[in-house]
Order: sequence, then C-alpha cells, then structure tokens
Amino acid sequence: MKNKPIIRICMGTGGIAAGGTEVMKAFKKQLKRKGIKADVKKHCLLHKVGCRGLCAKDVLVDIIVNKVKSTYQFIQPDMVQRIVDEHVINNVPVQDWLVTDDYHQFHNKQIKVVLSDCGTIDPEEISSYRAVGGYDALKQVLETGSPGDTIKTLKESGLRGRGGAGFPTGMKWEFCKNQSSPEKYIICNADEGDPGAFMDRSIIEGNPHAVIEGMVIGAYAIGAHKGYVYIRAEYPLAVERLRKALTHARKLKFLGKNILGKKFNFDIKVKLGAGAFVCGEETALIASIEGYRGMPRAKPPFPVYRGLWGNPTVINNVETLANVSYIIRNGAEWFASFGTEKSKGTKVFALTGKIRNSGLIEVPMGISLREIIYDIGGGIDKDVAFKAVQTGGPSGGCIPASLLNINVDYESLAQVGSIVGSGGMVVLDENDCMVNIAKFFLQFTQAESCGKCIPCRIGTKRLLEILERITAGDGRDEDLELLMNLSYDIKASSLCGLGQTAPNPILSTIKYFREEYEAHIKKKKCPAGVCRDLLDYAVLAEFCTGCGACKRVCPAGAVSGERKQVHRIDPELCVKCGACFEACKFKAIGKG
Amino acid sequence: MDKALKKILADFTKNEGNIISLLQNIQDAFGYIPEDAVYCFSKELDIPASRFFGIATFYAQFHLSPRGKNIVTTCCGTACHVKGSERLLNGLKTELNLPEGEHTTSDREITIEKVNCVGACSIAPVVIINKKVHGKISADKLMKEIRLLRKQ
Ligand SMILES: Cc1cc2nc3c(=O)[nH]c(=O)nc-3n(C[C@H](O)[C@H](O)[C@H](O)COP(=O)(O)O)c2cc1C
Repeated sequence: MKNKPIIRICMGTGGIAAGGTEVMKAFKKQLKRKGIKADVKKHCLLHKVGCRGLCAKDVLVDIIVNKVKSTYQFIQPDMVQRIVDEHVINNVPVQDWLVTDDYHQFHNKQIKVVLSDCGTIDPEEISSYRAVGGYDALKQVLETGSPGDTIKTLKESGLRGRGGAGFPTGMKWEFCKNQSSPEKYIICNADEGDPGAFMDRSIIEGNPHAVIEGMVIGAYAIGAHKGYVYIRAEYPLAVERLRKALTHARKLKFLGKNILGKKFNFDIKVKLGAGAFVCGEETALIASIEGYRGMPRAKPPFPVYRGLWGNPTVINNVETLANVSYIIRNGAEWFASFGTEKSKGTKVFALTGKIRNSGLIEVPMGISLREIIYDIGGGIDKDVAFKAVQTGGPSGGCIPASLLNINVDYESLAQVGSIVGSGGMVVLDENDCMVNIAKFFLQFTQAESCGKCIPCRIGTKRLLEILERITAGDGRDEDLELLMNLSYDIKASSLCGLGQTAPNPILSTIKYFREEYEAHIKKKKCPAGVCRDLLDYAVLAEFCTGCGACKRVCPAGAVSGERKQVHRIDPELCVKCGACFEACKFKAIGKG
Repeated sequence: MDKALKKILADFTKNEGNIISLLQNIQDAFGYIPEDAVYCFSKELDIPASRFFGIATFYAQFHLSPRGKNIVTTCCGTACHVKGSERLLNGLKTELNLPEGEHTTSDREITIEKVNCVGACSIAPVVIINKKVHGKISADKLMKEIRLLRKQ
C-alpha cells in the first residue's frame, strides 16, 4: 500500500495524563475491528509521538491520509471509532473535532529547530529519527570533519548555553579540548529543577536521539570517552525513553566501541537525580555524580579544567546539546540567521500560568514578549487583566505589562532585572499577588539552599521571614528597605548561582509593584485578594440566590442560611480557605 | 544478609561505588531507607553511617520512615501554585484528617507529599496519585479520587 494512512498520537507526559494511552488502545482496537491487519504498521502507521507544544489541548491526534494532515484536539477513546470510520477509511475528516484557528496561530510565529522533529517522529524508534536525517551530522563529523572544525562551526553559529548562564558553547568545548588529559567527560544537564519549566523534559521525551547525537559529537570534539546524563527522577517517562534510545544507538554503533567503524569510543551512562534543585548547578552536579551531597564549590577552577573526578569536563544543558546536530547539518550561517546579534538561534520556552494557549514554544531570540503572549499564547484567560510575566524561575524576575514590548534575548531581559534562564515563562494576571509570588520563590530557594554558605542559608531565611510577616499583616515600615539591602548583600556574597540570584524575584517585584507591597504593609490589604490573613469573605446579598453551594463546601461550618434565602458567612468561624468563593456560580462571594 | 541487600551490594561495586545509587536501590526495594539497612552496609563497606545519613537527608527523594500504601503527590511548581495547588494541599490535609506536620494517615493507607515541579505545567494544577498524573484537577475531583483510594 503506497500511501499508508499515518496516525500520530501525542504521548508526552501531558498527552498521557490526558488519556493518550487509552486513545492509542482505542485506535488499535478500531483498526483491528475494521480488518486492517493486526500488524498495524504494515497498512497503517500508528505512532506515538512526543510533545508538539500545545498540551492544553491534549490528546492531540494527527491523521495523515494521502499526505494531507489533519489534527484533532481533545480526543478521548470514545471518539476514535468515528475518526477511524469516517477519516482513516473514507477520508472525510470529522470537522467538529479538528483543531481550531488558535492551534494554527499558536504555531505560526514559531520557528522550530530543536523541536522540529518533536511531535512528528516516534521517540522510541531510532529508524524514525534516522528517516529525518538523524545521526547524519555525526557521520559527517566523523567522516569528513575534525574536532577543530566542529568547534569552529559551533563558535560561528553563536550558540550559547541554554541552561541559564548563556555561555558560548563552542568556546567551552575549545577550553576543554585544549586540556591534555587522558580522561575527559561530557555531561548532559537534565536536572531541570526550575519550577514552571519543562523544555528539557519535552525534548528528551520527544526526541531523545537528538540529545544523544549532540553528546557524541561533543565528546568527539573535546576528546571524551565517557558521558553522563544527569536527569531528574521526577521525569520517569523521559528516563525510560532515554534509556531505550541509548540501547538502540548502541546497537547501530552510534555509541560504544569504534563508533561508525572509526577509532572513537564513547558511551553514556544515565544518572538519576535525587530531588535537589541545587544539583543543577554544575559543580554540585559533579559532586552528586561522584556520590556526595550535592554542594557547589567555588569557581574557578571551572569544570572544563577540573571537573568530574578532577578531570576536564564539559557540562551542557539538554537544549544546548539538542541544537548541535541541527547546526552541523544545516551550517553555522543558517543557525546564526535566527536571533539577534548577541543571542543567536531559537529558544524553547515553557509558556504557562494564566494564558490561553499554554504549552511549549520555540521562538527566534529577540522576538517581543508581546508577540509571545498575545500572538502565540492567545492572550490571557477569560476577561481579566494581564499583570506580569515571570521568567527564569527562582533566579529570575517579573516583567510588568508596561514592558511588554521588550525583546526576549539574554541582554534585554537582564536589563529589566530578569533573565532568560532556562526558559520558564509563567503568565500572571490581576488575581495574582506579587508579594505572594516573591514569597513562593523564596520558600523554594530557602528550602533548596544547600546550606554550605552563610549568606544563602541564613539570608534567604531572613528574607522569607520578612515576606511572611508582610503577607500576614505584620509588615513594618522599614521592611522594604531591609529587604532590598539584604538582597544586595546576599547577591554579592553567596557562593553559587542559587544564592546569587535568589533575591531577584524580590527585587524585581519591589521595582515594578512597590505599591502592592505598600498596600500589604501600610493598609494591611492584599489588592489581588490572595494573602489569606488580609482577606475577609462576605456574601454579596444582591447576587446570592440561596443555592447553598457555599454552605456545602465550607469546611468550618461558617456559612448559614435557608434554601433560596441570602446566606451569611460568620467571620469568627471563617478559616478563609476560599472554598465558597470557588464554589459560587453567581459571583456572590466577595473578598477583600 | 538477605538476598535483596546482597544484590544491592553487588550493584554498588558496579556503580563506581556510588552511595546515592545504593540508597536509591534500598528505597526501591523497601519503599524507604530502613536504619538497619544503613548500618548493615556501613559495616559491610566500612563507610561511616553518617555519610549515608548525610546524603539521605540532603536529597528530597529519600525517606527515612515507611510511607503509606498510596502516595498522593501535589505538584507545587509555579504554574500549579498560581492555579491553586495550596488549596489542593489544604483540602487533602482536611479530608485525611492529618494533624500539623503529619503526612501519612494513621492507618498507613495514604501519604501526601509535595514535589517542586513535574514539568506538566500546561495542565496545571497537577496531582500524581500512585504514579498516575492527573492534570487540571479541581479540589472536588481530587477528593473523589481520594475517597476511591480509601474504598479499595
Ligand atoms: C542553582 C542552579 C541551578 C541550575 N539548574 C540547572 C538545570 O536544571 N539545568 C541546566 O541545564 N543548567 C542549570 N544550571 C546551570 C548550570 O550550572 C550550567 O551553567 C549549565 O548546565 C551549563 O550548560 P549550558 O552552557 O549548555 O547552558 C543551574 C545553575 C544554578 C546556579
């Protein structure tokens, strides 16, 4: 059969959570029922694919008949029979279930390099990656290139590290190559600890071989024989697919002894993280692979000179490595044609929070924040006002609505007090309290501080205590000053990036949302209605229909009222949990 | 030494003598890190027990006391936070009648945990019940799932 229909089912973590596995089963069952032979691959290709970004609309299914692709959204098992009957067999797409304009709009402004094959290839089949040119870059490098050429190409491409610091990758490799040492290592940093970020997880789940290929090329360039992928244990699916991919790559001689018949040996080991954010920091990560508590050490010496077990070591982020094979295949010039003068190429972001099209996006560096939020993201949920975007996770800051026109690149974001970071982008609306957000991140960094250096261990604790008293209504007039002074000191004196950046969420929120802090401190009010201790709940009599929903959900028995009569909340009993506010369909619960 | 421990010991030598992997294996076998197992390996390998405990208390993944039969993990990443993960957590504590500071029900049926981020932010808020990810979960739906667990 020449034009076999192809069915692709999104089965990343998002797809599976939305029921991808069941949808896959339903397709198998329906195809079998229709007499399309049990070996579906022969007559009809049924693929599981990684994330194509718009997880909010999962389960997404592509059906390709006669080379025409249609994409379905929100697919559940009971919808599969109709799709098979009408579309796969009779080639009439089920119009009602197809994706709508916003799906296309989501993809239109994106430029996909790293993610170009995510969501179309089967991450568990190496042949699928091979079919789109996978491992050709490795062949090219081993057969016609040299370590020096490879590094030159990377330097010309302008690729900078995607793990946060943005260090030029070619340069890092060159430093390591120039070290004469019998043992060198390359480590892939897949610890992705920033809350609100899932770029690296999605890349490994959707295209693990691209990361492996990048590592093998890197190993060849620097002269390493052993590599590690340090990956979070919280990503079970990514770990499984990575392990499978490594086995397949070994079978085809892309890994192991005499790779592709050349005198080049290299293999990769998977190391599972054990749940410590600080282990994403490179020297802590090395300590963790060595089997110690993951505590950072002072730099220099940098890992390229003294890394794992004292040997020269390159550590690169997942996305950085996944870019490599595409750069080699398409050329440095091609890659450098995307982006700005100092930030080349594309960047993957995890766009989440209060945004319509929440998902994984890849955009050229330098695109404006406004385009990301409104054109790709489709704007804000419901009819509430946009407030800020948090970028860079606990090391980053909040960018307010007034700065929406800035370009997203390393330099521009740094200028407004935030960072590109690893690529988390959490959209906040008028119902989010900025003091609460700062407190959230400080809770995080304080808990994750390894405790080795005092400014971070004790400083973040003090910062958190001040934020806690402000949100509890006990803020003092001098607190803002104190927060800022302490922040500057912690930034200046901490040992590693964790402490050096931990105060950023506070500094940026004070800078752009000072009046919100002042409302908490002086008026003892939380304007966004988030900080519990500063809130009172009351029934708004004119909207209350007496349906009793609030009374049913109240855990404290604080709501009273007869059916069809206006209800009342007893402020003495109210625990301010907000359950009534959530439950009321008539907006009859007021808070403030 | 029982068989499970022997196998872990053999893996240890294979794993470049990595204590973290060893503790991960112990936890896989027992569901937590029993003190006795630590002392046993400490003696066998001539490594002070303090090194094991130092690591076990450093990494969030390790548990030094047994956990419940069912594990309910609330994601507390940024996206989940702004979509109400705290309310889910408080709801769980109330539903399970857990006193402050306690994470496992007295009948050892259910343990509640927090995780920094599982990277499923597009479907926030997220709760993981016995390794299955539940996205866009509401307090109501979560409590239904919990009651289901209790019935089984
Ligand atoms: C506290 C802290 C956490 C970090 N977490 C990560 C991480 O999860 N993933 C990552 O790739 N880099 C992380 N980094 C950055 C790494 O130290 C390192 O710069 C990076 O892996 C280098 O790779 P790149 O040059 O490809 O970006 C972290 C740094 C700090 C200070």
